[in-house]
Amino acid sequence: MMDTLMQTLVQGVLLGGLYCLFALGLSLMYGVMRLTNTAQGDFILLGSFSAVACIAALNWLAPDSPWLPLLLSPLLLLIAFGVGFVLQRQVLNRVLGKDPLPSLVVTFGLSIVIQNLLLEFFSADPRSIETGGLNIASVQLPGGWAVGVLPLLVLGLALAATYGLQWMFDHTALGRSFRAVSDDLEIAQLMGLNAKRVYAYATGISFMLITVAGVLQGMRTTVSPSDGPMLLLFAFESVIIGGMGSFKGTLIGALLLGVTQQMGFLFDPGWGIWFGHSVFLLLLLVRPQGLFPKTVG
Amino acid sequence: MTALLQTQGLTAFYGDAQALFGIDFQVDQGEMVAIIGANGAGKSTFMKAVTGLVKVQPSHILWQGRAIGGLPAYEIVKRGIALVPEGRRLFPSLSVEENLLMGACAERTGVWNLSRVYQLFPILQEKRLQASTSLSGGQQQMVAIGRALMSNPALLLCDELSLGLAPIVIKEIYSAMPRICAEGMTVVMVEQDVSKAREVSSRLYCFQEGTVSLQGVSSTLTTEQISQAYFGLPDKQEAAQP
Repeated sequence: MMDTLMQTLVQGVLLGGLYCLFALGLSLMYGVMRLTNTAQGDFILLGSFSAVACIAALNWLAPDSPWLPLLLSPLLLLIAFGVGFVLQRQVLNRVLGKDPLPSLVVTFGLSIVIQNLLLEFFSADPRSIETGGLNIASVQLPGGWAVGVLPLLVLGLALAATYGLQWMFDHTALGRSFRAVSDDLEIAQLMGLNAKRVYAYATGISFMLITVAGVLQGMRTTVSPSDGPMLLLFAFESVIIGGMGSFKGTLIGALLLGVTQQMGFLFDPGWGIWFGHSVFLLLLLVRPQGLFPKTVG
Repeated sequence: MTALLQTQGLTAFYGDAQALFGIDFQVDQGEMVAIIGANGAGKSTFMKAVTGLVKVQPSHILWQGRAIGGLPAYEIVKRGIALVPEGRRLFPSLSVEENLLMGACAERTGVWNLSRVYQLFPILQEKRLQASTSLSGGQQQMVAIGRALMSNPALLLCDELSLGLAPIVIKEIYSAMPRICAEGMTVVMVEQDVSKAREVSSRLYCFQEGTVSLQGVSSTLTTEQISQAYFGLPDKQEAAQP
């Protein structure tokens, strides 16, 4: 029994790592500009399908080079940054303001557009990213345990991304600008910061994280164009459990959600997701500001 | 000689309400000019209009003869106008030193840098790694002034430096002014304390309900003239006479 519980805990933490990557981009954008990207899940899928398409193209162009996809990933991240940057400058900056509704409506609209575009180009069939066996590889631990290599990799990336973001916020000029525009937009502009440009950097970085999450999701399981809202929900729950604006909070929120879902699955295979939602709602009741809130207003 | 900063018939709105009704104002290189006026006279809106936080007509504000009205705030600071805002408004999640460094975002070169600001206010060096919120009001005001100086402005606007501070602290803050002006800095300050304003400034403007009700050389204005301009008279035309 103890063993099963421990296993569940470990699986939950590993799942939480993935949720953390889903959520960090959302947390970053909300923290810097109070914008809730309701298309988060669909952008994650856009990342997955972009990788699927790129790999298919590579296989066709150069069928015998298994290392090309790895070389491709920096390029994909660069494109993701560019897409985020341009989206913020050309679209989202126009709807930011005291009223949160316009930006919600716009990202909601984007979500529908992306879903339908993906459906149009890729059909409703589930796809996955070929990993060359990485997705089923595992490491043996003492005591007869086995842990998947890919989930470990995901958790490692989630930890690295969380601490990397926090480090960037605390120790770089860009991070200082992010905190300044978040603290006091007016004064930040008086200092010579073009807030709209700062926002564009935040969204660019956010989209890099989104793409990493999307590729990993596609490697771990199958993706289909209608998955977006579910991914958004997990990201949302992680951010809210952890508290708005704190990356550490988002990581812990995601781990908690992962563990809770796995515990639910332990009781009944149909209960996992529902269990996660219930704990999320319960937490909203007793601590609506989340566990480690940082952002005010 | 063109004025460093000049406003001509400056009108501005604060929200939906009109706050400035045709302000003519001028400050020349190296001057120390004070603006006084009752609450709601439009002093802060004037500061915000000059720094780009309130939108105005381009031609209403001339900087070294060029129209800058309505430019975004981040462009205006790059041209050399810095504001010490009312209520200090430090960035709460930034340390003292990080707040000062934000001032350098304007990327102007000049004599002011971190070590010069620490020379001016040595206490800030001691507390440089602390959260800005942990400082006393006077020390926070020093950070706000230092932050504005870090942009190496040609014109420093100070909005109510003495607000909410004890008299002894106000004295300490003002004692730094000569060292700031020593490099030829031009200063415009909004000050509630009329006697303080007269004492430190060479010229003085009094605002009343969004218009200039009095202006002149600080030392030649009588207390009676000032109090009339400050509180207003039944006949406004009379009050507008300098």
